Amino acid sequence: MGDLLCSLPIWLVPALPALGFLVLAVIGGQLPRRWAAVIGTGSVGLSAAATLGVAACFLRHPPAGGVRIETLWTWIDVGSFEIGFSLALDALSLVMIFVVSFVGFLIHLYSTEYMADDEGFSRFFAYMNLFVAFMLMLVLADNLFLLYLGWEGVGLCSYLLIGFWYTDAANGAAAQKAFIVTRVGDTAMAVALLLLFKHAGTLDVRQAMAWATENWAPGSTMAVVVALLLLGGAVGKSAQLPLQTWLPDAMAGPTPVSALIHAATMVTAGVYLIARTHAVFLLAPPAMTAVAVVGAATLLLAGCSALVQTDIKRVLAYSTISQIGYMFLGLGVGAWSAAVFHLMTHAFFKALLFLAAGAVILALHHEQDIFKMGGLRKRLPAVFWTFLLGSASLAALPVVTAGFYSKDLILWAAWASSAGAPWLWAAGAIGALLTAFYSFRLVFIVFFGDEKGHVDHRPGLKIVLPLAVLAALSVVGGFVETPGWLGHVTAFSHLTESALPAVDWAVTDHHVEHRLQAVVAGITLLGVLAAYLLYLRPSSIPAAVKATALGAWLSRFWLSGWGFDALYDRLFIRPFKGLAHLLRGDPFDEISATVARVAESGHSALSRTQNGRIRTYAFGIGVGAVIAAAIVVLT
Amino acid sequence: MTAAVLLGHGLVIASALFVIGLVGVLVRRNLLFQLLSIEIMLNAAGMAFVIAGARWGQADGQVMFIFILVMAAAEVAVGLALLLRVSRQVRDLDGDAVSAMRG
Repeated sequence: MGDLLCSLPIWLVPALPALGFLVLAVIGGQLPRRWAAVIGTGSVGLSAAATLGVAACFLRHPPAGGVRIETLWTWIDVGSFEIGFSLALDALSLVMIFVVSFVGFLIHLYSTEYMADDEGFSRFFAYMNLFVAFMLMLVLADNLFLLYLGWEGVGLCSYLLIGFWYTDAANGAAAQKAFIVTRVGDTAMAVALLLLFKHAGTLDVRQAMAWATENWAPGSTMAVVVALLLLGGAVGKSAQLPLQTWLPDAMAGPTPVSALIHAATMVTAGVYLIARTHAVFLLAPPAMTAVAVVGAATLLLAGCSALVQTDIKRVLAYSTISQIGYMFLGLGVGAWSAAVFHLMTHAFFKALLFLAAGAVILALHHEQDIFKMGGLRKRLPAVFWTFLLGSASLAALPVVTAGFYSKDLILWAAWASSAGAPWLWAAGAIGALLTAFYSFRLVFIVFFGDEKGHVDHRPGLKIVLPLAVLAALSVVGGFVETPGWLGHVTAFSHLTESALPAVDWAVTDHHVEHRLQAVVAGITLLGVLAAYLLYLRPSSIPAAVKATALGAWLSRFWLSGWGFDALYDRLFIRPFKGLAHLLRGDPFDEISATVARVAESGHSALSRTQNGRIRTYAFGIGVGAVIAAAIVVLT
Repeated sequence: MTAAVLLGHGLVIASALFVIGLVGVLVRRNLLFQLLSIEIMLNAAGMAFVIAGARWGQADGQVMFIFILVMAAAEVAVGLALLLRVSRQVRDLDGDAVSAMRG
């Protein structure tokens, strides 16, 4: 059986969604909706099945060196620059393709009902399939060039899907914003890849990493520069400080898109990139610190912003930014495996939260303001329970949720690894308080209290089933890695240890670990309690706080995401637009236009001599002959 | 009369003829008279050849005059043909009126 599974090629995993895209793109318009749904969902479902087969083979017969490579063909071959179209499967990409194909499949299934009445039904599934194909290519790529292809491909799909409802100009603007802002990071990443190629002479991930480890001294300038540029790419894609502004606006897309691209998979590509190139980062301690600081700052900033949002999807968007901040914090302190673990659990519970939010939005006829919701607990029980589990996992309620285990690992590493520091842990702990508060604020406002909206659409099986599966994963997904006092399961870190280095612990005292866990658990419960007191019971405190000058200012400030949009508007957009306005008349064309004007006036002057009169011409000839003769005679 | 004096007087007459012809071309507006003036200029040139040939006692000058004579005949044939076309089309022989080719 194992051998049979091992004959299953890896390329099948990204090829199936790509095939689905091709079919839908070419004949999708003629197909009935049912068939478009079957092809769109089926291709990703088959890809998930192929992933299972490939994973079973990988686990049963671990390949030598922990990597299974499949070279399909040579893509580019110019002199010493040779890029193979080859896929590599190691533990890290295995986790990623598992998340992408399974969560992707559930979201596709959900979309068949969510998008059922949409005009662009088959177009939607075509884009989604293309996205899954590119994302799988990104994580399976054997070289950084192919990875970059996938990287840009998912960016394109993100653009297409944010602007899916393109008749509204605001959606198009949001799509452009996402594309342009991430492009800033992508440019940094492209420069990093060029530098790597210039020095190492190869873009093969493993070869380049091995070369860097051998030839660059720890802390050498080149390593730091490359690591920081890679961080720039990761920051753009993963919506971290200072390029986080695009993600909240990206919520303009359909909700399944937010769940798949802007929560579960694409935005975590930055985390994957850093984990994939960890060798360079290990050589560059300043860059590691930068990763940790970016993560810590982002998780706090986004957490605060999530507190005051009124749009259900924007709450979740800021929460996504904040949770990816945790992953960056984990990467920055060298807890590679923990960061990828949090990536996985976050994919489960955040996809769940978005899908549940989508069910609520659909039920209330596209209402997204949480203060116009309320009391949905009885109306939408399935959505309520799954959303509750997702929120609990997001808030990392101790012991019973997946989020607890992954976040706990990151926080412990932030304190105890050699790159960690108490203040990094403190940032994470404050973030935990914010997370618990805003996630349960959402639950209490939307599902408890008085009924406000009118429910006119009850979710069917195709919506409830993905919710249930993801809710189950949000709970049990954490049990693959548990702390010492709770079973000490290490299945996940055991799997990833072949691809990612272990944490370099500076503190190994388990008493400290337990005490910190207790503190974080207490903080989390405190956050839930605060949300309970302020939003479930009739309380005048939120309104009173908002009434004070400071409260009102802070609320506005956080609502706008710390004023980053206004800042960038002033720093970049307005100067750019001003410049564009200045250049509108093409001032630089004046140079060539002047040449043209001189030639034109010369032409009109000369053409005036051609008056068509024979006598004038004869006169000219005569004068010319006299002058010529004079020259000959006189010189 | 010496050959040098012959040459000097002859060239003065030729030049005078040439200038008369040139002035005729420049001043007259009637195409027919312009053609006549060109003939005068050609004859002036031919006369210069003949005088120069006589001065050095060689026949080349007279040969050249015959060439010019033939050329002048051809030129007049073409010129008169054009003149006929112009007079039919424009119903005028004013050279300045035929200026459709101005730039």
